[in-house]
Amino acid sequence: MTLSFMDPLLALELAYWQETSLKVLLGLAAALGLTGAVVYLYLFKFVSFMQSRLGPMEAGPYGSLQLLAEVGKWLQKEDITPSRADKLVFGIAPAVVLTSTFLIFVVIPAGPNAVIADLATGIYYVLAVSSLSVIGILMAGWASANKYALIGGLRAAGQLIAYELPMVLAVVGVVITVGSLNLQDIVAAQASGEIFGWDGIGNPFVITQFIGFMIFLIAVQAELTQTPFDMPIAESELVAGYHVEYTGIRFLVYFISEFATAVAFAAVASTLFLGGWAVPESWGISRDAMHWVGPVVISTKAVILVGVVFWVRFTFPRFREDQLQKLAWKGLIPLALANIAVTAALKVAF
Amino acid sequence: MTAVTDRQKLSYIASQAADARVNVELETEGMTLNIGPQHPATHGTLRIVAQLDGEQVIRAEPMAGYMHRGYEKLSEVRTYPQITTLVNRIDWLGSFANEVPFILAAEHLMEVEAPPRATWIRTLLFEMSRVAHMILFLGDMGVQLGAVTPVFFAFRDREFVLDQIEKATGGRFHPNFDRIGGLKDDLPKGWIESTKDSMQTVLTFCDQIEDLLLGSEIFQSRTRGIGVIPKDVAMQYGLSGANARGSGIDWDLRRDNPVGLAYPDLDWKVWTHPDGDSFSRFWVRLQETREAVKMIEQLCDGMPSGPIMAKVPRIIKVPAGEAYVATENPLGEMGYYLVSQGGLTPFRLKIRSASFNNVSIAPWLLRGVYVPDIITILGSLYFILGDIDR
Amino acid sequence: MADDSTATTDAPGDGSSEEIVPAEPTDERREAILADLRAGLGDAVLDTHIDPGRDVWARVSAESWAETAEVVRHRMGAKYFGFLSVIDWLPSPYGRSMDASVDTVLAVESGDSSGEDDEPEEMQHGVAGGESRFQVFARVASIGVPGEHWGITVKADVGESLSIATWTNTFAGADWHEREAWEMYGIEFVGHPGLRHIYLPGDFEGNPLRKDFPLIARMVKPWPGIVDVEALPEVPEDGPAGEADATAGDASSEDSP
Repeated sequence: MTLSFMDPLLALELAYWQETSLKVLLGLAAALGLTGAVVYLYLFKFVSFMQSRLGPMEAGPYGSLQLLAEVGKWLQKEDITPSRADKLVFGIAPAVVLTSTFLIFVVIPAGPNAVIADLATGIYYVLAVSSLSVIGILMAGWASANKYALIGGLRAAGQLIAYELPMVLAVVGVVITVGSLNLQDIVAAQASGEIFGWDGIGNPFVITQFIGFMIFLIAVQAELTQTPFDMPIAESELVAGYHVEYTGIRFLVYFISEFATAVAFAAVASTLFLGGWAVPESWGISRDAMHWVGPVVISTKAVILVGVVFWVRFTFPRFREDQLQKLAWKGLIPLALANIAVTAALKVAF
Repeated sequence: MTAVTDRQKLSYIASQAADARVNVELETEGMTLNIGPQHPATHGTLRIVAQLDGEQVIRAEPMAGYMHRGYEKLSEVRTYPQITTLVNRIDWLGSFANEVPFILAAEHLMEVEAPPRATWIRTLLFEMSRVAHMILFLGDMGVQLGAVTPVFFAFRDREFVLDQIEKATGGRFHPNFDRIGGLKDDLPKGWIESTKDSMQTVLTFCDQIEDLLLGSEIFQSRTRGIGVIPKDVAMQYGLSGANARGSGIDWDLRRDNPVGLAYPDLDWKVWTHPDGDSFSRFWVRLQETREAVKMIEQLCDGMPSGPIMAKVPRIIKVPAGEAYVATENPLGEMGYYLVSQGGLTPFRLKIRSASFNNVSIAPWLLRGVYVPDIITILGSLYFILGDIDR
Repeated sequence: MADDSTATTDAPGDGSSEEIVPAEPTDERREAILADLRAGLGDAVLDTHIDPGRDVWARVSAESWAETAEVVRHRMGAKYFGFLSVIDWLPSPYGRSMDASVDTVLAVESGDSSGEDDEPEEMQHGVAGGESRFQVFARVASIGVPGEHWGITVKADVGESLSIATWTNTFAGADWHEREAWEMYGIEFVGHPGLRHIYLPGDFEGNPLRKDFPLIARMVKPWPGIVDVEALPEVPEDGPAGEADATAGDASSEDSP
């Protein structure tokens, strides 16, 4: 990269390693900050509102510091490893899941230059690394030496593989339209696009690719193992599924990665379908200003999308495993294939 | 003799095939999953040992007894007034309803009849414990299926009903309010009006649940056709309450054998559903909650005046004899077979609790289902551990 | 059915409630039930009892216990299985020793006990008679048609062998009830698919609901009974005497009406 992404902020010359470290730190801070905001906003407050209760109110104004208290609580808990567990695998599993989550953030652009690595194969990379978490979950399920965890792990593997496919296929529609896998190109295409000659809101793909957007959201819900697709952790059946044996800080890692993945996927969905960090070019906001506005724009979009995820999560009952597979293989995948065919045909025609 | 569903046949074939495979082909073996006694879905401490082939249950056996308190033995050394305290704890969510059939059995042997007002208040509190009980079921069914929100609504709105019970009896959960010959106290002032208000909350709750769960596609796909109990099998196992009516058995002790309670004076309806699956059991309970609200409103409006206690001797001795009195409790038929030999204590008290029969069908019902359906089926059978273990 | 013939005599009581309540059961109706049972079982019906308008009992011989299930279910249409259990008619060998001390006072007051160690009484059977210490009894009902609901309790003496035929072949639901009866009374049900413990731990010894199985906790420490009657901690000068008067006065005033 020729342009340092810090250029507009501080005119500093940084070595490559310094720049990378800085980016990684800022990326981590952004990811964790957004995750915390999402947990407070939705898991604590929005859900409490839905369930006609107050949620945390004591720690800080309106319980806003509750999250810190929770983290403190988890850090104090005893870290238990079951005696019959495969200790090495048991220990590594949460790290694998968390790594998979953070790797997604690497390519999500938050501004003209605010991206840790602007890969040419951006979206391809996102889909690839997000599937790594399956391995972590399977490891956890197997290594816990617990039947509930094992069933949960296997369910998770079956489910995540089944829903990788509609997710990939839903993205293909966007990729065909833009003609690039790079996320910045996808953002730019939406910002500069126009709908039948009217460019007031650019051309966010949620309009042309609405079916793809819906399939992507459903698949995200399943990838995140949120209700109605939460069989891997189904608390009324499997107690807590693959992380039933985890306590203390290791459970915290699963907890963080669950919500960080929600933020990451919401950001990817915003980038692909809602215009990402950009605002329509016709609004005439300068590229310099976008360095500041962009992160705010994409954060807002992502947080709203996470809200949809949680809204669904706390409304619906859960599917059964066979119904879930049926929905993926008989419903979403044919629909996504049809979407690709139509998109490709239109792309060739126009 | 018993009807066998296709799925159960398939499960049997699958289990045979699985056994054969162990010997010849792969070294696979079934897994034995131990659900409970401590498990979020078992309403207490029920343990279910399930033999699985993948996600499918080959055989499942509920194991009761983790809460056995020996009430039948204890009641042999307690006087009649003391026993109401014990029987309160059998089905702890509908505890007032547990006292009534016992008191009625004792009254029958003593040839004492409670005055009309006492009978009406008994019926009223009986139905209120049903409403409180059923609200929790309606919300809890959501949790069993993974929807967390309905149960919060249930706990919120049940509180209005429990408040009324507390105002009248002094106890939210264990009123211990019924006496041989009548009741402990009369209703407090203004109670009738506030009860009617709380019943409006219950009706709103029923509508919410109908929107949130009953109408949900996912809920229907999870419950329809799951855990089908044919009428004939339900009879053999002695299923009662909404479990029987969900299997199309038109039978309600409140209508068919209303001993000593005010049901004949009320205008209400017994709902049945022909399907016999988990959905129909849920549906029947939802309708029953609404019927109970209707009954409570009529009971509030038509409450007769008069004394609340008949003349009974200070020392209660029940003449020798035997009586079986059962009432339609929230969970189903709750009956007491009371054997007295004329003393201060019962000679034998057989407690026929609804959940014991309702859950005894589980080994038959759970063959060939998937693991998530175990929870759905047990949730829809709706049992209280204290009612199984007594 | 039988109600029509009696309608003329019982008209005022019956007619008003007939729409909602099942027809007031009459003696004739229960006699008909018993006649039906006798027709099916013959001499095996040893004794019967009717509580007019309420309930009906029949005692059958132990040999015909399994047949009884078949008859009540298939011939008489009582397809609904209520419960099955056992009664131990042995008078408690522990007398009233397991009563709370307060209850002993009540028992003496009511003439139920002399306050001393009472002599064990004679074995005294309940309705429909009996010959042996253990009786197995079950309740079945005919349900499903509004207004036609009836139930019957059938009993059978379990002889010295302490074993009787199982009902599980006729009523699958008898399974758990027989397991409970086996565990609590030690009655063996011949032909039951698996008599295992249902409530008690697998290695439990003894049959807790038998009358000669003591409630040991009570023997170690008598049940205190109503603790409220203990004297209040702070008593005024003339307390004890006044308090005694008050309780005596209360008791007599409650007695008088």
